Amino acid sequence: MTFPYTEKVLEHFRHPRNVGKIENPDGNAMEGSPACGDMVGVHIKVDPETKRITDIKFESYGCASNIATGSIITELAKGKTLEEAKKIDWKEASEALGGLPAIKAHCSVLAVEGLRSAIQNYEERHGLVKDQKPTTVEIVRRRLKKVMNPLSGLDLVRTELVKDIKVNKGTVHVMVDIPADHQFASNIRDEIMEKIGPLWDVKTVEVRFSE
Amino acid sequence: MIERTIYLDNAAATRMDERVLEAMTPYFFETYPVATSEFGYSLGIEAREALEGAREEIAHHMGANGGEIIFTSGSTESSNLAVKGVALALGEKKGRHIIISAIEDFPILHSARAFEKQGFSVTYLGVDSEGRIDPDRLREAITDKTILVSIQHANQEIGTVQDIETIGRICRDRGVLFHTDATHTFARMPLDSQKVKVDLITVSPHTIHGPKGIGGLYIRKDTPIAKWMDGGFQEFNLRAGLENIPGAIGFAKAVELVTPEENEQITMMRDHLIDRVLAEVPNTTLNGHRSKRTPQNANITFHFVEGESITLHLDMRGFAVSTGSACFSRSLEASHVILGIGGDHERAHGSIRFSFGRYNTMEDVDEVVDTITEVVVELRKISPLADNKEVQK
Repeated sequence: MTFPYTEKVLEHFRHPRNVGKIENPDGNAMEGSPACGDMVGVHIKVDPETKRITDIKFESYGCASNIATGSIITELAKGKTLEEAKKIDWKEASEALGGLPAIKAHCSVLAVEGLRSAIQNYEERHGLVKDQKPTTVEIVRRRLKKVMNPLSGLDLVRTELVKDIKVNKGTVHVMVDIPADHQFASNIRDEIMEKIGPLWDVKTVEVRFSE
Repeated sequence: MIERTIYLDNAAATRMDERVLEAMTPYFFETYPVATSEFGYSLGIEAREALEGAREEIAHHMGANGGEIIFTSGSTESSNLAVKGVALALGEKKGRHIIISAIEDFPILHSARAFEKQGFSVTYLGVDSEGRIDPDRLREAITDKTILVSIQHANQEIGTVQDIETIGRICRDRGVLFHTDATHTFARMPLDSQKVKVDLITVSPHTIHGPKGIGGLYIRKDTPIAKWMDGGFQEFNLRAGLENIPGAIGFAKAVELVTPEENEQITMMRDHLIDRVLAEVPNTTLNGHRSKRTPQNANITFHFVEGESITLHLDMRGFAVSTGSACFSRSLEASHVILGIGGDHERAHGSIRFSFGRYNTMEDVDEVVDTITEVVVELRKISPLADNKEVQK
């Protein structure tokens, strides 16, 4: 039989490691969306003294390379300190799997982003963000690039659905150019809240839709 | 090692029947010349007679005359010729408006788009949630500039069958040519060019255990159509190029071999699969119409999981199926058909098409249902969509 994946990828695809959720995780994150066909969730437990990842689990909605990368990053990150785990990149994950098809890079990079976001989420929750910069319009915009427009499977910023962003004393306003009664409006609102809410100095997120 | 593949992708291509190969063989080794005119040499005349015999056989199957069928290299070419040939013949004379359904297969969709770029206007008729077009919307869409309506007989992915009798009547009343792509219905469902007011029909044997690389286009007598591939005078001077005589013989044989009993058998497999999956696997949606669908097609979305993961798991267990997921396709785009019936990307990504043929059995159906049930349970265990995702602050 001929598969487009290495034995190692297939092995992780068949028997993914560290699958599921963690009860009361210290940090977690969800990357991707159902629209683009790939999602990865990463959940971590962190030793507060040593700052080592003591437990890590992942969830995946996606293709084989997405599942295999999610699985391998949990193996790579387990036992590492947060600083060490932050350095895990797509290349390291891909090499650990014996290589991934180039065309599947975007499906597999999500797991790596998921790990980094989970670590970031931990740091934000525990007041560990060093040199905390005040949230700016640019920071909000960067985060909105991770919210998908289900109509096209591309992100909100790229599809020009974000009409306006305002940041004012802990309140972030985001104006989205779809009607409030649109079938995806509430999904998009939830996802925006999820991405912007955890920022350390953000108290409220207000999402408005066009008329 | 898997000993055999249970092949359930017959809508894409089928295993050729040995009897088809047997019928074709003499035309490779004995009667191999080109089809000559009646003033040619004996072997060439023999070749021509065989070709005309095949043409008659295929025409007969749709209530047409041999002179109304031309052979092409496959359904892609047939559909290209139908759209582009009519556009070239009538674009200047009558108008530059074409109507197609939004869920047509790529040869029609992309031919229409090619002419749109050259200044034609194209109406993409939407379909309902089961994939059917609304005849009233077709009536409204036709203008005095409309030169062609191309609506498939049945859909390639979800199997939905259109009411081509009504569509044909509307087009004929308004004096507009009507083309239908019957790639997925020819010989599997009745199609009578006398009963249906249709001017052009795309057909192909690759879905009925015939050879690849040969197709046909029915062109009703006196239909204005321009030749667009230049060369010799073959195929009534409408399609230049050496005739594929073994292919034509194989095509005719493939049509001859399809029986009503076989079509019934395949329909039973389809229904058995749909009934079992919908009853036994939670969170599944049938794509397409429950009864107005081709005998061979079952298309089901398994929610919360992604199609390529399902097809790879099935492949590793010896089953071949296809999916509308972006990850599976060459274009990395989600199925325009599932999106066209109002599904979201998640529904397209999780859709699996099972399509049956002559060499499948009821046991195959049970085996694939048992296996996919297990696979989906496993994949849902790791899916964040299978229950509510909550990211805590």
